Amino acid sequence: MDTLIQEFPQIRNGFYTTVWLLLFSGLISTVIGTVLASFRVSPVASLRALGTGYVNTFRNTPLVLVLALAISVIPTLGFNNLGFSIGIRDFTTFFTVAMLGLSFYTAAFVCEAIRSGVNSVSAGQAEAARSVGMGFGQSLRLVVLPQAFRAVIPPLTSIYIALAKNTSVVAIFGVPEAAYVMRKLSNQFTSDLWAIFIGIALGYVVIVMVISAIGTLLERKLAVAA
Amino acid sequence: MTAAARESSTASSTGPLVVLDHVNKWFGDLHVLQDINMAINRGEVVVVIGPSGSGKSTLCRAINRLETINDGSIMLDGQPLPQEGKQLANLRAEVGMVFQSFNLFAHKTILENVTLGPIKVRKLSKKDADELAQRLLDRVGVAHQANKYPAQLSGGQQQRVAIARALAMEPKVMLFDEPTSALDPEMIKEVLDVMVDLAKGGMTMIVVTHEMGFARTAADRVVFMSDGQIVEENTPDEFFTNPRSDRAKDFLGKILKH
Ligand SMILES: Nc1ncnc2c1ncn2[C@@H]1O[C@H](COP(=O)(O)OP(=O)(O)OP(=O)(O)O)[C@@H](O)[C@H]1O
Ligand SMILES: [Mg+2]
Repeated sequence: MDTLIQEFPQIRNGFYTTVWLLLFSGLISTVIGTVLASFRVSPVASLRALGTGYVNTFRNTPLVLVLALAISVIPTLGFNNLGFSIGIRDFTTFFTVAMLGLSFYTAAFVCEAIRSGVNSVSAGQAEAARSVGMGFGQSLRLVVLPQAFRAVIPPLTSIYIALAKNTSVVAIFGVPEAAYVMRKLSNQFTSDLWAIFIGIALGYVVIVMVISAIGTLLERKLAVAA
Repeated sequence: MTAAARESSTASSTGPLVVLDHVNKWFGDLHVLQDINMAINRGEVVVVIGPSGSGKSTLCRAINRLETINDGSIMLDGQPLPQEGKQLANLRAEVGMVFQSFNLFAHKTILENVTLGPIKVRKLSKKDADELAQRLLDRVGVAHQANKYPAQLSGGQQQRVAIARALAMEPKVMLFDEPTSALDPEMIKEVLDVMVDLAKGGMTMIVVTHEMGFARTAADRVVFMSDGQIVEENTPDEFFTNPRSDRAKDFLGKILKH
């Protein structure tokens, strides 16, 4: 117990990093995933192929491999200073690269969730949109996607929860997020192992509960508009 | 296209508004439209009738290019239907479509259903679009429902909103694909009344329907389709009282028994 209290600043910083990873990756993967999903339902065959290829590649590759690849490949492409700061917080190049790796990986799952949402919107909606003269992009953006998002909130919530847990994988690349801190402390304070495990686990539980709560809230809010 | 340009293009072409010339379409091996030739004049109301599977919906959808055709040509106001992109979108804005299943935008209010096209496609200001929509909703008798969502309206009301939504684009021609066949009997009349009004107002209309009352009151011509072909064309009175082809006699015999 003492360790938890004594090392609280370190643990807190670890969770800050976890939450930042989650926020950035969540946002970026949602943007990429939505673009990929619009590729996959587009009338252009080459875009569809691109979307399918992306999803198959990233969904079938273990996250550790995606991260290892990102960490070894991205810097060789000339991006070797990807560190940045927001206010007083500094993010290292390792953080950015790991965060991008998580985003690319998660985007494949986001894409599939949104695509199934799009398919759940009846074809008549898109036809009606096209009948009033909307182009493919407009009908997707104004009519199909807003309805698809409603159907997609439960699966997206699960994806973000998985993402929250997946952030712990970047520990092995030295990004000092919560799981990294846990490993470090458990090596240091072997007598307090259980307290450390439980303390860190509780932190993840809180994060997951917040994501679920937001999902439930959004679902309710959008249901009212139906 | 600006309103002025639209007017001048309307004024410059005086031939039939819609012309189908040797149109053929296949779904795989199924020859759904077989050498269809048809011309619809400005202000004309054509009712398309025929057994299930005869290709009536496909015909409507081809005119709006929701379905492509394999062969032949379709002209709207002297222009061939564009293949894709912006021009195709413009064409669709000029052709109003009313579906059997209404297809109102489920996540938009009634008012927004009508204003979405004018704002996003015709680039009207929200204020102008709202005024236009209110006027049209009033015309179809659902003005007091403007802030509800489609699911809160009856089928008849939804279909009238769908008509208002199409009218808001100021189309040159309106296509109706069995607009009343998903409706409870007591709601059919309210929708047909709106359509009769439109017809009297000079709208060019192609209407797939089995409502003989509507055909007799509003149609200039009945086109009878069977197995992908136009089998017979006539005035409503002639067609219903004196069908010439055996297939039309057979078909009318069946629907008149109901
Ligand atoms: N997308 C499609 N793919 C394959 N076959 C189709 C498709 N759409 C329609 N068909 C077939 O084409 C034929 C004509 O269909 P269409 O919907 O035009 O008939 P319809 O006259 O409108 O019939 P109904 O009165 O039942 O609405 C039918 O045999 C139908 O099964
Ligand atoms: Mg049909």
